[in-house]
Amino acid sequence: MSLTPLTQASRNTTLQQILDQVGGVILGKPHPIRLALACLLARGHLLIEDQPGVGKTTLAHALAKSVGLQFQRIQFTSDLLPADILGVSVFEGAGKGFEFHPGPVFTQMLLADEINRAPPKSQSALLEAMEEQQVTVEGTTRPLPDPFFVIATQNPREQAGTFPLPESQLDRFLMRIRLGYPDAQAERALLQGRDRRDLIAELPAHLSPEALARLQDEVARLHISEALVDYLQRLIARTRDPHHYARGLSPRAALGLLAAARAWAALDGREHVIPEDIQAVLPSVTGHRLAPAEGTPGNPDQLTRELIEAVAIP
Amino acid sequence: MTTAAPVLSDRVGLAPLGWLTLALTVLLAPHALNQPAWVVALALLSVGWRYMAARQGLRLPGRWLLALTALAATVGVVATHGTLLGRDAGVSLLLVMTGLKMLESRTPRDAMLTVFLGYFVVVTHFLYSQEIPVVLYLAAAMVLTTMALIRLNAVGPPPTLREHAGLAGLMLVQAIPVMVILFLLFPRLPGPLWGMPQDEPAARTGLSDSMSPGSISELLQSNAPALRATFPDGPPPAPLRYWRGPVFSAYDGRTWRPLPDFPYSPDPEPPLAPGTLTYSVMLEPHHNRWLLALDRPASVPAGARLNPDYVLSTRRPVHRLETYNLTSAPAAPLESELNPQRREQNLQLPGGAAPRARALAEAWLAETDAPSEVVQRALEFFNREPFRYTLSPPRLDRDPVDQFLFESRAGFCEHYAGSFVFLMRAAGIPARVVTGYQGGEWNRAGGYLLVRQSDAHAWAEVWLEGQGWVRVDPTAAVAPERIEQGIHAALSGDANVPAFLRRGEGLGMIMTLRFQWDYWRDVTAYYWNGWVLGFGPDRQREFLERLGLGHLDWRGVVGLMVGLLLAVAMVFGLAFLWRNRRPQRDPLARMYRRFARRMARVGIAPHPHEGPRDFAHRVARERPDLRDAVTRFTRTYEALRYGPDPDPDQFKALRLHLRELS
Repeated sequence: MSLTPLTQASRNTTLQQILDQVGGVILGKPHPIRLALACLLARGHLLIEDQPGVGKTTLAHALAKSVGLQFQRIQFTSDLLPADILGVSVFEGAGKGFEFHPGPVFTQMLLADEINRAPPKSQSALLEAMEEQQVTVEGTTRPLPDPFFVIATQNPREQAGTFPLPESQLDRFLMRIRLGYPDAQAERALLQGRDRRDLIAELPAHLSPEALARLQDEVARLHISEALVDYLQRLIARTRDPHHYARGLSPRAALGLLAAARAWAALDGREHVIPEDIQAVLPSVTGHRLAPAEGTPGNPDQLTRELIEAVAIP
Repeated sequence: MTTAAPVLSDRVGLAPLGWLTLALTVLLAPHALNQPAWVVALALLSVGWRYMAARQGLRLPGRWLLALTALAATVGVVATHGTLLGRDAGVSLLLVMTGLKMLESRTPRDAMLTVFLGYFVVVTHFLYSQEIPVVLYLAAAMVLTTMALIRLNAVGPPPTLREHAGLAGLMLVQAIPVMVILFLLFPRLPGPLWGMPQDEPAARTGLSDSMSPGSISELLQSNAPALRATFPDGPPPAPLRYWRGPVFSAYDGRTWRPLPDFPYSPDPEPPLAPGTLTYSVMLEPHHNRWLLALDRPASVPAGARLNPDYVLSTRRPVHRLETYNLTSAPAAPLESELNPQRREQNLQLPGGAAPRARALAEAWLAETDAPSEVVQRALEFFNREPFRYTLSPPRLDRDPVDQFLFESRAGFCEHYAGSFVFLMRAAGIPARVVTGYQGGEWNRAGGYLLVRQSDAHAWAEVWLEGQGWVRVDPTAAVAPERIEQGIHAALSGDANVPAFLRRGEGLGMIMTLRFQWDYWRDVTAYYWNGWVLGFGPDRQREFLERLGLGHLDWRGVVGLMVGLLLAVAMVFGLAFLWRNRRPQRDPLARMYRRFARRMARVGIAPHPHEGPRDFAHRVARERPDLRDAVTRFTRTYEALRYGPDPDPDQFKALRLHLRELS
């Protein structure tokens, strides 16, 4: 645990330790874990879209434990109400008046499980909290803790009984990632290994909330060269060409891409961002924001790959 | 069935259709002035129907109904014009078919075709008028049509009106060099610009080929220009400004007509007398077969001939602006010998008409033998008796000559000229009526004499032994100011006169402004006529000679034109390349390109989208022999290009690393 400002070397060590530690719980998925940590460092929120049972909750839990954040979980259901997330004022009897009972959202890391099973009203209660980092209940505005990191999981849209998040809500998530099934070797290790809950319970914290906040500040200051901004602008410009995409990237998405690239560079132990950082995070940052132009086919993976391959690095 | 993957969606959107509808409406509607009403109505209706169909879900007509309508419209055009050929029928057919094509447009391709038909419709307007306001209107219509074209091809969110119109305007402005080159150098054919016969010159303005009471007074109401003339030696004095037009010798008691023309031309070149005038005339189209010349023409422009009455006649009617150079000899004698047949023709009088006039003429004859004395008596008669000059004389219905000479005594040039000729013939003196224009207004700004339709005039010629035909203007005896100062001076006090003829009498500010406006508008029209509409074969040659290219034949001119067009295309192409050029300035970027070229030579080149570090990894995998050198270069490059505070020394190191690779 380190509470003093991190030197570059100790920062790199700490980050590597976190990656290794979470990687020891979620087997065979170093890339999604790295993306999830990058998302956290970039002060973004993470959406994990995948089948049930591939380890979404475990990842969130392990990550929270490793960075030393307080953890809460909400299981979204079709009858979930906004008050179930945000909290409610309860009349405590004469003399005491109303008292606010904070909901599960008042935590440092929140796992919103199966967010697309809740009705839109409840979804938007959470998403507004994510955007503003504060909640307003009955006219009183209450700040949320800092750091505040949301990992939402979502079942693939095709599944029955879901309310898919609209584009404007998807845009609130910095990244959308998939975990996918583990490969045979990793799965074997998983099957033969210990119970994951026990493992998580034993995980030490490598950061504190304060250290994490400092780390986030440092990441936000990583050097961005002119050439890199040129490259980013070329990418953004291409997504706004109606011949290629029906919906381009918003300035928020561009800022998100830059923040995520910085976090990726930090995870690589660099003080400056290179085009490869942008390319590494681009599929996760833009996959849920791009829509193919009318008449051109394309799933998100194809779209983002096409985007990377179409833009020359200046 | 087409199964090709549609790049454009296969339906025209509402917005492009809206623009197309607007453009076509603007293009079609003015044709109502020169096309049958049903043609324009059908075309506009089709266009409107198509738009409403898209907007409100109205049904579109089926294929059979469309085919039937097209057939019926063709039959209708033939029924209306009697033909499918020629200007009017051709334009009718184009308008109807443009409307039906619009109605039939379902795919963007159909709509594109309709846009191009629209551009065609623009051209057809010039078959009817080439005046400046028309040109401005059509320029605006071109912008609208181009906007429809842009909207049809636009992808993505709709542009703002400003961007949209701006782009259309820019496209048209970019076309200007091409337009100027084609205008100046495209080979000119003699003859009408459009090579189209004028099937029906609808409104004839100008002198007519006969003179009956009232025929000139209509002209006197018109402010339109008849001709403009430039004089290198300065304008001629007012008394010489008699513009000779058709000459009438045959009289039936009411109407004066010309003698049947016969192919005899008098000697066109009388000896050059002092006072010869050299000038050039720009004649407005009047759809008749004569040119106007100052009395009397002493030369004949190409394509015209001098008829026995000394009128310049042309083979074809003057349907477009005609420019010609002339000389005139005001003092030269005209037909000093009069053969018996022509003498007869110029003495002919309808039997029984005007007994009082005949009696008057015989009374003069009894007093004197000398024809010139008789002429003098007649002029004195007009001068002494209370004749007055007016544009609104009382109607003469019984016996026009007697009624005018002895009862009403109010009229204008045609009355005076006609009755004077009658009196002369009754006295046995050969005489005839000459019509044309008298006077003109000197436009100092343009340096030309403007003759308007309101300057139309009729005078008389009498044939005197030893002198030939002599001009006598009886109007001058009544209203000398008409000849000396123009018609407005003669008409002061006559209430029944168009405003533009009444100048000098207590003009208000507005009227002064109006005259100023007319004056400058005419100057503009003069240059437009001279340099745009009148840019025919002669002017083109003149232009080429001024450039020192007079030796080029038409093939040379076409070659020059094609060459210049290619040059314009090249300029635009280079401008396009320049705008899309790669930035070359950055020395680091140039260094990396050199690195990429060098690597390509050894068989492993970075892809444009491949980051330097990814490339270095790939090299390490595929060409372990190059790994270290590439890694060194890449590390330095990355630090310089993406790192904070690049160290200039590192640039030298980078150059060294690059050298290591070769």
